[in-house]
Amino acid sequence: MTERPLTGRIRPGAPPPDREAYERAGGYQAMRRALLHMTPEEVVGDVTKSGLRGRGGAGFGTGQKWSFVPKPKPGQRRYLVANADEMEPGTFKDRLLLEGDPHQLVEAVVVSAYALQATDAYIFVRGEYKLAIARLTQAIGEATAAGYLGTDILGAGYALSLHLHASAGRYICGEETALLTALEGRRALPRSKPPFPQVSGLWGAPSVVNNVETLCNVPHIVNNGPEWFKGLGIGPDGGTKLYGMSGRVRRPGAWELPIGTPLREILEEHAGGMQEGYRLRALLPGGASTAFLGADQLDIPMDYGSVEKAGSRLGTGTAIVLDDRACPVGMIRNLEHFFAQESCGWCTPCRDGLPWVERMLQALEEGDGEDEDLAQLQRHVGLLGMGKTFCAHAPGAMAPLGSGLQKFREEFAQHVHQHRCPWPAGGLH
Amino acid sequence: MATIHIDGQPFAARADTNLLQACLSAGTDLPYFCWHPDLGSVGACRQCAVKQYSGPDDTRGRIVMACMTPVTDGAILSTRDAESLDFRSSVVEWLMTNHPHDCPVCEEGGECHLQDMTVMTGHHARRYRFRKRTHRNQDLGPFVKHEMNRCIACYRCVRFYRDYAGGEDLAAFASHNSVYFGRAESGTLESDFSGNLVEVCPTGVFTDKPFSSRYVRKWDMRGAPSVCVHCAVGCNTILNERDGSLRRVLNRYNGEVNRYFLCDRGRFGTGFVNAASRLRAPLLRASDGSLQATSMAAALALFGEALSTGPVIGIGSPRASLEANFALRTLVGAQNFHLGVSGIEHDLLTLTRDILRVSPARIATLHQAEQADAVLVLGEDVSKTAPRIGLALRQSVRQASFEAAAQARIPLWLDAAVRSLGTDARSPLFQATPAATDLDPIAVANLRLAPEDIARLGFAVAHCIDPASPQVVDLAEAMAGQARAIADALLAATRPLVVSGGQCGSAPVLQAAANIAAALHRTRPETRLMLTVAECNSMGLALLGGEPLDAAMEALEAGMVATVVVLENDLFRRVPQARLLHALARARHVVALDHLASATTQVAELVLPTATFAETDGTLVSHEGRAQRFFQVSFPVAPVQDAWRWLRDGAKAAHRHDLDWQHLDEVIADLCAAHPALTAMRGAAPDAGFRIAGSPIRSETHRFSGRTAIHANVSVRDAKPEANIDGPLSTTMEGYYGEMPAALRPYFWAPSWNSGQSLNKFQDEVGGPLRGGDPGIRLLDGDPVPWRYHDAIPGAFQPRVDALMVLPKGRLIGSEELSDRAPAAKPRIEPAALSVSPAMRQALGATTMLSLTGAVHAVAVVADPAIPEGVALFPAHAHPFPGFADPQWAETAAP
Repeated sequence: MTERPLTGRIRPGAPPPDREAYERAGGYQAMRRALLHMTPEEVVGDVTKSGLRGRGGAGFGTGQKWSFVPKPKPGQRRYLVANADEMEPGTFKDRLLLEGDPHQLVEAVVVSAYALQATDAYIFVRGEYKLAIARLTQAIGEATAAGYLGTDILGAGYALSLHLHASAGRYICGEETALLTALEGRRALPRSKPPFPQVSGLWGAPSVVNNVETLCNVPHIVNNGPEWFKGLGIGPDGGTKLYGMSGRVRRPGAWELPIGTPLREILEEHAGGMQEGYRLRALLPGGASTAFLGADQLDIPMDYGSVEKAGSRLGTGTAIVLDDRACPVGMIRNLEHFFAQESCGWCTPCRDGLPWVERMLQALEEGDGEDEDLAQLQRHVGLLGMGKTFCAHAPGAMAPLGSGLQKFREEFAQHVHQHRCPWPAGGLH
Repeated sequence: MATIHIDGQPFAARADTNLLQACLSAGTDLPYFCWHPDLGSVGACRQCAVKQYSGPDDTRGRIVMACMTPVTDGAILSTRDAESLDFRSSVVEWLMTNHPHDCPVCEEGGECHLQDMTVMTGHHARRYRFRKRTHRNQDLGPFVKHEMNRCIACYRCVRFYRDYAGGEDLAAFASHNSVYFGRAESGTLESDFSGNLVEVCPTGVFTDKPFSSRYVRKWDMRGAPSVCVHCAVGCNTILNERDGSLRRVLNRYNGEVNRYFLCDRGRFGTGFVNAASRLRAPLLRASDGSLQATSMAAALALFGEALSTGPVIGIGSPRASLEANFALRTLVGAQNFHLGVSGIEHDLLTLTRDILRVSPARIATLHQAEQADAVLVLGEDVSKTAPRIGLALRQSVRQASFEAAAQARIPLWLDAAVRSLGTDARSPLFQATPAATDLDPIAVANLRLAPEDIARLGFAVAHCIDPASPQVVDLAEAMAGQARAIADALLAATRPLVVSGGQCGSAPVLQAAANIAAALHRTRPETRLMLTVAECNSMGLALLGGEPLDAAMEALEAGMVATVVVLENDLFRRVPQARLLHALARARHVVALDHLASATTQVAELVLPTATFAETDGTLVSHEGRAQRFFQVSFPVAPVQDAWRWLRDGAKAAHRHDLDWQHLDEVIADLCAAHPALTAMRGAAPDAGFRIAGSPIRSETHRFSGRTAIHANVSVRDAKPEANIDGPLSTTMEGYYGEMPAALRPYFWAPSWNSGQSLNKFQDEVGGPLRGGDPGIRLLDGDPVPWRYHDAIPGAFQPRVDALMVLPKGRLIGSEELSDRAPAAKPRIEPAALSVSPAMRQALGATTMLSLTGAVHAVAVVADPAIPEGVALFPAHAHPFPGFADPQWAETAAP
């Protein structure tokens, strides 16, 4: 249990624990402890001390994020939003938590909302996660019936209503400010920061948006203490991490491992290594919007700092593997198609720059590429960088492209000079 | 003030602005698209990227969006470093990946902000070699054309239409580079402000549809500063003309009045100038009773004879200029001059004028109304009678969100953030009107009352604020509570505003509004009062003074009038038909001067064709008492001439020599001498002799081309240009264009800025006053006199069983005389119906015979749940009761 606090109750293939089973397995103890024996400040303090960092991709300190919420004013609405809009290509870790142990998230929301003194909480879940939605709906119903949600929870004088909102779609809704705008019933456009959501979030009220995996750590921190949490990690970061791997590996999947587990261990021990006849060319360590790491970089520990030092980001911690028989340009084209499609259309560089990038990659794949395209692609990597676009969508899209242009310089050049993709059917076979 | 360094030069900048505003105010050409001075910053287009350095030692700097970066003291930025130049030209290159290369056939061409910005960034060669995305266009109705392929997705259209103007039927659809701005399906845009899309759009997606049918490039049109004639607000406009016809109307910025936006009545109502019903020749009643065109000489001979046949009376017009009315007044003598509005309107107008003169709470400008932090509207549906006021009040409710933003240290120009924060922070707006208005959704309370009860509520509010103001005895408890709540909200504000007007024909309503404003002013010195009047020069008429129209009718009926001269006024809109026909029949001569054929010209003996506001110069006084000069953009083709010239010529034909004016300035001089209250109107604009560097102001751009080409199929001979003898604007491209009094600006243009966005070059600070001061001279700001509360409190409204109190309802199009005659506006006329309470609708059925203004006609009946029992609304001046404008009891009968 303590080795795998997040997934310990999950039995693959079996229905998730209902409230009673969850409580038998130690569930809702953190809620009792927090609401009955701790002040909200103490909960925030434990989370801060634990060093928990956001598991949604950005890796921002959770306690620090919470500390920016201004002190409650009487009668003021305050929101906690669980970001369950998992749409990063290659990422399926939150789904495991949502489907496998929905009460864990409900408890996590109650404890975290108490810490923030939120009046309302939302779970913003990807619309396609039908099973997760059904299971969360049931869990919320059970928790409400048990008095764990609603007015005067556990007689502690704390009230919280929890709403489940199924997203109407779009990758950008995973961006916390666009998520808030979507939740308000408007076009899912990101917002400029400042003001940060903690000051002016959902309907202008103080709001915190946390990833599902991040939140699910909170009850365990409350139960076991920040020191225990820190001890779970291998390197500088605390806790466990849901790592995942997809591509031509023997056993694609997701595993809860100590944060800081080396990439090689994840690939070779947990994913079973590459499939027969395929060699590793490179991988995106944390989802589609992280930069490629090469086959020679497998020994880096998968913690925030180490991956960043290696030139990429931990991101969601779910890696996409590129093998030697797939065309790297084709893979990048596929990714950029996704990013171009999922641009919200708000800012010019992203809205109009990404389709251009996609079409140049398409042309390269179709044998119509030109030398000038390579320069133009490289130029876009710089132009669509952080701070130049409205949000992080386009900079994220440039991570695989920029690193790909470096790592696969020769392969790109071959597309131009051979006037075709050197891989049959773009490597999709 | 902060000091910022732009490209090495220090500039003073206001600390509450952003770097884009600061750069533009400093005169720097920094391109932008999504930012708009009255819509704020949203950071969408990324066009205004500059390099900001953290200090003198920072040599790398970082790219920031100027519109999203607050001014900070000591800020160092470069607009010229290579990276920001490259980024800005890349932004245009991206926008151009999908923008069609159809400038030569695009109606925005030559005044296109996108063209200007493209040139400014230096992008010129196309590198994107793939297909462009295309869209389907929509039919958006008679006013606005839609060409979505040209869209660069700056989001200004929806931000204006939805966020600023409260419209709901235009939206952004789809996403990524397919984002689409339009309606859910083709159909007429519902907003009364849709025409602003034409100016808000930086490219040719939304263009002026009526203009399109008579399209001319911007540089090939003459321009003239004008003032809207379609309501009393006095929005400043620019008229564009070519080859003798008025082509379009543009907004002309006035920082205190209309600022950046017009209503659709003002923009599209001017089609009457070119209407087929224009009078182009004098008409004389022939022996067979028909009106026949006649020569100017014959017309003047008869006019002279008629004027020599006494007694002569004159009926003036609230839609004619001060000068034209003054000329008539001089011609017939003050005691024989009638204001040309109904008795009720005459009394209300006089009362309004007197209240505004003495009220301790001063008159709100439109811009002050936008800044009011609590508003009470008493009895007037301003969203229809003076639509631009409605748009201003929409902004006023945002004041609370500005306060919340200031507390949260969010700059007010950060538009999306302020709107988001302001979800629950809305300044109070109260409406007490007989029926629903467009402002209902943003008001905290909408009270639906008959006029008497609106007045009583108002008096009660005033009494709550100042117990010294008269108390309403026998006030119902519910209304007392409402009055208390309104009073509390107004007292909680620092800039409260009281809005009222004459729409419901009630003097007590106006008096109650005045009492509230005066009571508030005791402790809230920034209290403002805004009283609307009916027409573009109603207030000018009130200041000129004259007898009521009823007196003219009585004199006519008594057979005491030989000749009546009617100036630009369709009396059938003001007097019941039977009475008017009877009265006019008793005069020997009925002389009507007008530019449009009307029911009145139809019954006149002599009709003299006058120039419209597009063809003459003159002065109008707005509801706030602002005298503003309008200038001719085209030249009346003889025998059409200015009304005052007809009147002068008539006097001459009658062998009189006291109206011997040659130029408008002489009329103005005599007017000012005769009317001390109006003397200041002379300052509304420089006189005809005004010159800069020895030159008049040129009314055509320096790029004006092809005067010889206009009629090249007939002759290439260059016709001699008309001479403008009444104003300081030339009639050609010869003359001065540069710094000039704002009242004379005939078009907005600056080097590199061909579009209307060049306006920023004529303000010291973007969004601030025009350089040299916003146009107009306020005439009602006299010395305050001791205030005495009005105390004529009416009794409560008593419904009658045998009749309905029918009140006039305002319509954007269809209740104002001139815009009704604009072909483009006709499809926007709402069908007229009698609105009653649901119970009354049940009783009356779908159609009823309504007796109104002495006539009986079948009208459709519709239910409006808001209307109080015993009250009904019918559109003012609507067929079949053109003379209906004042409230009256009316009987109904089964059809």
